[in-house]
Amino acid sequence: MNFSEVITIAWRSIAANKSRSLLTMLGVIIGVAAVIVMMAVSAGTEATIAEQIQGLGSNLVFINAAMVRMVPGQPPPQGGLVFDDVAAIRDNIKGVAGVSVEQRSTATVKYGNVSLDEITILGTTPDFTTVRDVAVGSGRFINEKEQEQKRKVVVLGSAVAQELFGEADPIGQTINAGNVKLTVIGVLKEKGLVSGTNFDEMIYVPISVVFQKFTPSFFGRVMGDRVRSIYVSVAEGYDMESVIQQIELLLAKRHGVTLEEPDFSIQTQADIISARQSTTASFRTLLAWVAGVSLIVGGIGIMNIMLVSVTERTREIGLRQAVGATPGDIQLQFLVEALMLSLVGGLIGVLAGLGGAVLFGKFSGMRTVVVPYSIALSFTSAALVGIFFGFLPARTAARLDPIEALRHD
Amino acid sequence: MTEQTKIIETIELKKIYGMGDVEVMALNGISIQILAGEFVAVMGPSGSGKSTLMNILGCLDRPSEGRYLLAGEDVSNMSRAELAHIRNQRIGFVFQSFNLLPKMTALENVMLPLIYQRENRLSVHERRQRAEAALESVGLAERAHHLPKELSGGQQQRVAIARALINDPILILADEPTGNLDTRSSLEIMELLHGLNERGVTIVMVTHEADIAAHTRRVIRIRDGRLDSDHHNGGRSEEAKAALRQSLAALSEEAQP
Repeated sequence: MNFSEVITIAWRSIAANKSRSLLTMLGVIIGVAAVIVMMAVSAGTEATIAEQIQGLGSNLVFINAAMVRMVPGQPPPQGGLVFDDVAAIRDNIKGVAGVSVEQRSTATVKYGNVSLDEITILGTTPDFTTVRDVAVGSGRFINEKEQEQKRKVVVLGSAVAQELFGEADPIGQTINAGNVKLTVIGVLKEKGLVSGTNFDEMIYVPISVVFQKFTPSFFGRVMGDRVRSIYVSVAEGYDMESVIQQIELLLAKRHGVTLEEPDFSIQTQADIISARQSTTASFRTLLAWVAGVSLIVGGIGIMNIMLVSVTERTREIGLRQAVGATPGDIQLQFLVEALMLSLVGGLIGVLAGLGGAVLFGKFSGMRTVVVPYSIALSFTSAALVGIFFGFLPARTAARLDPIEALRHD
Repeated sequence: MTEQTKIIETIELKKIYGMGDVEVMALNGISIQILAGEFVAVMGPSGSGKSTLMNILGCLDRPSEGRYLLAGEDVSNMSRAELAHIRNQRIGFVFQSFNLLPKMTALENVMLPLIYQRENRLSVHERRQRAEAALESVGLAERAHHLPKELSGGQQQRVAIARALINDPILILADEPTGNLDTRSSLEIMELLHGLNERGVTIVMVTHEADIAAHTRRVIRIRDGRLDSDHHNGGRSEEAKAALRQSLAALSEEAQP
């Protein structure tokens, strides 16, 4: 037999039993499609994370207050970040492009007869735009003077501006946030979702105003001017590590703690990237295993059907042997048939996977990016599964005794 | 090849099947010779060993002891693959139940052995031509593209004979070729086999119908794994064939009102 004859025989045998062949291939189809869709989902997630991290602003250092347990009725424990740390870092550390701090609250925002519930009010400092890498679309951002004087001014996220004012120019108008009147001084450019935060759906006021007007009074009393996080943007040309070291020393000295037991922690963008990546990597490994198992199950399906097929076609095998097929010819025929089942299944699976990835992305809201190598990987795995699980039935067929096989009914 | 070439020569052929502790002697020393151009009927009751003998003669099985020379070549100890090659090149099989592959057309069934040729492989075009010629020679050229289920039993057996002929075998082994056919088709098949025999093909046929055996020139009887009798009908091929024609003609007259 030559190659094309083997292929023709296998193909005709598969085509002769279309519905059975399709059902046999189903396991492989699902396995291959699963590999492609799952890898598309995890690649999409990674791409989203990569963009989010990009969107966080370059050369960002995050300083977080250590977790503090509050016990009711007792004075709050000492330590943690305070607002004055912001100024201290900016004034004392070389190589800092900007330092910002964020304090959040929520309120209902009104303008005219438009009212938006549960809008996040983000109290921050003038460096916010530099540190967070956001741009002002119209008007301007909060300045130093407004921050110091606790002026009731507000910069709107683009979505909020659109909701409240539509096409009208918001600059100079007054909106109500809770029971505080704020004058609009600027609108941010559209930024989108970054790290789970939608900057377009917030309003921005000087942090001093948030401390004074929006922090619940109990919380304000006990917390004073403590802040949760400080964001430092390192200037270009400066070494991140040395800036971090300087900040650590400065804060430890200011808070009166040692570096062995600090009341704050410092993370860089790289730390966050690697943390996220290791999460997605383990996610992807899990998906790969799930997909791999379904491929193996598909292979077992092929093996079962091929064994049934060998039994059913015992007479055909006997006849082929009688007219000159060697055991090797018979083995090759059934092996190629199993391989073809898995390859055709793999091909359908690839198409289903590509379609599935697009549809999944559309309907689940998760981003999917088809990874080209996932196609090669799943297709190759399908082929290997076919060869591996086709081997036993093919050997069974080849070992049939032609006399017995011809007598079989 | 002269008339006197030995196509089949077996020397003290034995086949022993082990069934647990009991050993069954299916063939107990059979020595026969069949010359080129002979038409031989093999008869015997079931369990006599005639099937075992046919399997060995057809290179589907190997003897436990003794030797089997096919056209002078000792095939007693060949591997399965070598035997497959011998079957492909030298032997044509005709079975009681035709054994056509149901999903292939008559032409494709006839071409089947050509797929397994090892040497002097023909092109697809040549194979097709050869298969068409073989179908033509059994009178089924116009049925080439029919599936077996669209053909009568007699026609299916003709396709099977065309398949047996495709590789120009030196030997045709027919195992009760008329066993599944009505009288008329049986006679037609016998006539066809006679025609082939006249053209020089050696035929060995198993049958248990005495009247079918009577159409051959030599009858070998097997009993209990041994040669029981081996006699020539005396009649020449011409006579056997004439008798066959008469039977067929009689049948046709009966069929007419």
